[in-house]
Amino acid sequence: MKFDAPAGKNLFDNARIVGKSTRRIDGPLKVTGAAPYAYERHDVVPNQAYGWIVGAGIAKGRITAMDTSDAEAAPGVIAVLAAPKMQPVGSSNFNYAPLFGGSEVTHYHQAIACVVAETFEEARAAAAMIRTRYDRAEGNFDLEANKDAAPMSGEPKTRGDFDSAFASAPVTLDETYHTPGESHSMMEPHSTIASWQGDQLTLWTSNQMIDWAKNALASILGIEAANIRVDSPYLGGGFGGKLFVRADAVVAALAAKEAGRPVKIMLQRPLVANNTTHRQATIQRIRLGAQQDGKITAIAHENWSYNVPSGGSGETATAQTPVLYAGDNRYVAEYCAELDLPEGNAMRAPGEAPGHLALEVAIDELAEKLGMDPIALREVNEPGKTVPGQPQKEFSERNLVRCIKEGAQRFGWSARNAKPGLVRDGRYLVGMGMAAGFRGSPTMKSGARVKLAANGHITVETDMTDIGTGSYTIIAQTAAETMGVPLDHVTVELGDSLYPVSAGSGGQWGAASSTAGVYAACVALRRKIGEALGFDGDAATFADGNIVAGDATHALTDAGAMSAEDTIEFGKFQQDYSIGTYAAHFCEVAVDAYTGETHVRRMLSVCDSGRILNPLSARSQVIGAMVMSVGMALSEELAVDPRFGLFVNHDLAGYEVPVHADIQEQEVVFLDTLDPAVSPLKAKGVGELGICGPGAAIANAIYNATGIRVREYPLTLDKYLDRLPALV
Amino acid sequence: MPSIPTPPITRRGVLVAGAASAAVTTVPAAAQGPAKAPKSTPVPVKLSVNGKEVELELDTRTTLLDTLREHLKLTGTKKGCDHGQCGACTVMVNGTRVNSCLSLAVMHQGDEVTTIEGLGSADDMHPMQEAFVKHDGYQCGYCTPGQICSAVAVLKEIEAGVPSHVTDDLTGPMPMTRAEMTERMSGNICRCGAYSNIFDAMAEVGGAKA
Repeated sequence: MKFDAPAGKNLFDNARIVGKSTRRIDGPLKVTGAAPYAYERHDVVPNQAYGWIVGAGIAKGRITAMDTSDAEAAPGVIAVLAAPKMQPVGSSNFNYAPLFGGSEVTHYHQAIACVVAETFEEARAAAAMIRTRYDRAEGNFDLEANKDAAPMSGEPKTRGDFDSAFASAPVTLDETYHTPGESHSMMEPHSTIASWQGDQLTLWTSNQMIDWAKNALASILGIEAANIRVDSPYLGGGFGGKLFVRADAVVAALAAKEAGRPVKIMLQRPLVANNTTHRQATIQRIRLGAQQDGKITAIAHENWSYNVPSGGSGETATAQTPVLYAGDNRYVAEYCAELDLPEGNAMRAPGEAPGHLALEVAIDELAEKLGMDPIALREVNEPGKTVPGQPQKEFSERNLVRCIKEGAQRFGWSARNAKPGLVRDGRYLVGMGMAAGFRGSPTMKSGARVKLAANGHITVETDMTDIGTGSYTIIAQTAAETMGVPLDHVTVELGDSLYPVSAGSGGQWGAASSTAGVYAACVALRRKIGEALGFDGDAATFADGNIVAGDATHALTDAGAMSAEDTIEFGKFQQDYSIGTYAAHFCEVAVDAYTGETHVRRMLSVCDSGRILNPLSARSQVIGAMVMSVGMALSEELAVDPRFGLFVNHDLAGYEVPVHADIQEQEVVFLDTLDPAVSPLKAKGVGELGICGPGAAIANAIYNATGIRVREYPLTLDKYLDRLPALV
Repeated sequence: MPSIPTPPITRRGVLVAGAASAAVTTVPAAAQGPAKAPKSTPVPVKLSVNGKEVELELDTRTTLLDTLREHLKLTGTKKGCDHGQCGACTVMVNGTRVNSCLSLAVMHQGDEVTTIEGLGSADDMHPMQEAFVKHDGYQCGYCTPGQICSAVAVLKEIEAGVPSHVTDDLTGPMPMTRAEMTERMSGNICRCGAYSNIFDAMAEVGGAKA
């Protein structure tokens, strides 16, 4: 199906299942421990051996010697793979840091060896007997020190004349903000079981993008993609960290070949942060110039980030800035330094997530300089129907001001004291903050196969993944709606490369794209049934297990068992629009006047994301993003040791993600909007929108509570404790 | 080769220097390391798991977690960190919740272990499992079995008057509050961030006050 014009009225406008709050169909499996994740699939292939990866102890240099003799002789050991004795594996379009093989080390905890043994304990013990000597090289690990030498990435985005407008603006702001590196820290570490049958490789793994994984593995291992099967029906989280093939998959495949039997590997938790990818740190300079009435006349956002010398982009924190606010004179530029840290790559809302931590605080600071309410300032600077400086590019659907107004009313924003540091509640300084949010809503080609059984049961097969986002359920809802059957008459099979290629889970495109692909396949099946029974499948009504076509009524099963496959392809017309999602985020914090500890008391996000396919699971994505935002704002930081070039806090004790006690009241509101430009379902993503802004709302609330502005995340108490108001 | 900076003598400095010298050691490799490791002698371990007696011959290094997952194929209990940092491996031993990754199987001779599979099945869910489905108390589902085992145990701990860090009155009746629940649940990390939904599920089962 080609989607080459905005959707008109269709069956989803009278939906009975799509858009209704629906419990997850995979829920009972998840809560009883019956959902199978990659490392625990004992049933898929017999005789699995255990692999244990050894990570490099230096960040940059060469391995000069590796003695594996004791490991090889250790009890239970089947094979030892030593990187220096192997050719480096290939790369792919999706990998920048080397994955395995050769003597060169380019990042800390790079996989340099793997022990395969009969048991987990034997593999781990033998791995500790490998002795490695290195020639350690100097590396660049410090973004601040390498900032000025960082080249610009691409061309700056300029409109009008920023310099003149900024120089003549009556009210200006020029501030710099720092965001640290962050770790996805999904609960399931990267895991793979690999098995060879002749030249056929099967990987049971944990990966968000099945087709990318299959093609990347072909390139990395130098084998035909047609000989690779990737299966990933359940993932224990990803957040972008499992968009790409990592060392677990590559080394498991090599080890299984070497051992001559299936091998399973789970990256040890302490390896995850340095071995895999992370969200890079940023340094962001924002300059704003405004008239006394708040109208922004000049806006500049420059961002410095980094990646490995072998490629990749920085964390592109300016992504939202061309779209969020009006202003005739603009300058946006990205710089990317080369550092010898581990590879940076996508983490939930790459770019926008840390970008909002800077821009939305800068807007708050400007509001204070102007003596305006931050809400009023945002309203004044709301663009018209088109993207600022791009009069030919319309917003397909944008309701940011509605989000802000509705949020302000619900949150009780009018009770906020604009003068900071004045509201006390016992020992606490209390403050409110808000931020706007924007995240693009891209679409990706997506396919599915839909099978109708003789008893009327529908089975959907697609290589789409469910990374906790609720794909199983929204796909079942889409198929049930389109085929006119109850939800429990639909089975959904995901994550297998034997199924039609889908959009996969990434970039907030999964829900919109994959449901559109399932709709396309269902439409193909309806037409096929119509051909068999002699009616127009597009014009007929499928409901309650029946088909009404003109005057005739058929049972859905009248044509017998059949299946159809199709792919939704999104047309170029979408490029004429800015298709985005918008939100207003509100937060109340209490800062302990004695200890400086911040408690987030309540949070609200009002989201404009088109049709919400399943409000229950969509809400969970937003509250989950709020939780991750609390971490971004208050505690999460990959701490770089600039001497040795590693993230020192590389486990879940040292890298501090929010826990239960950190999270109190959370509220989510979805506007009842539809976006016909995005897909036939008029639905957009929401999982990344949720992390674009709440962190800034927290920062603004802390300022409102304390009167102290900290521009270096995370906002830990050591950065402001000495500036808190005097106690006596 | 670059020189290793000499840090001031602090505990961390000593650790750093130790790690650095290990990385650039010039001692001949053959002169280091242990003698060839002997094969571990398996020891018999008897457990009661979800009401069923099991007898195993286990490497003494086998954790309770790997015993469940790799030997008994009870894979509902998850490995998230293997270091007691995340709670995904939470099970109940003799009625008390533990991080099964931090406990060796041989320490549990004769113990009664209850895992997520012992609480209920997809066709016959425990009330806490049902409440998690109803309140969407999960996303990816990987921490979920540990959250549910902890949640069941936490309600019992509060009922039994076991104090926590946030308990004000150690002698009075223990209130079933949000603060008590979230404090006790804080060893179970959920990176998807389902915390407030998990609280709603626990509140429904336990009957919480605000």
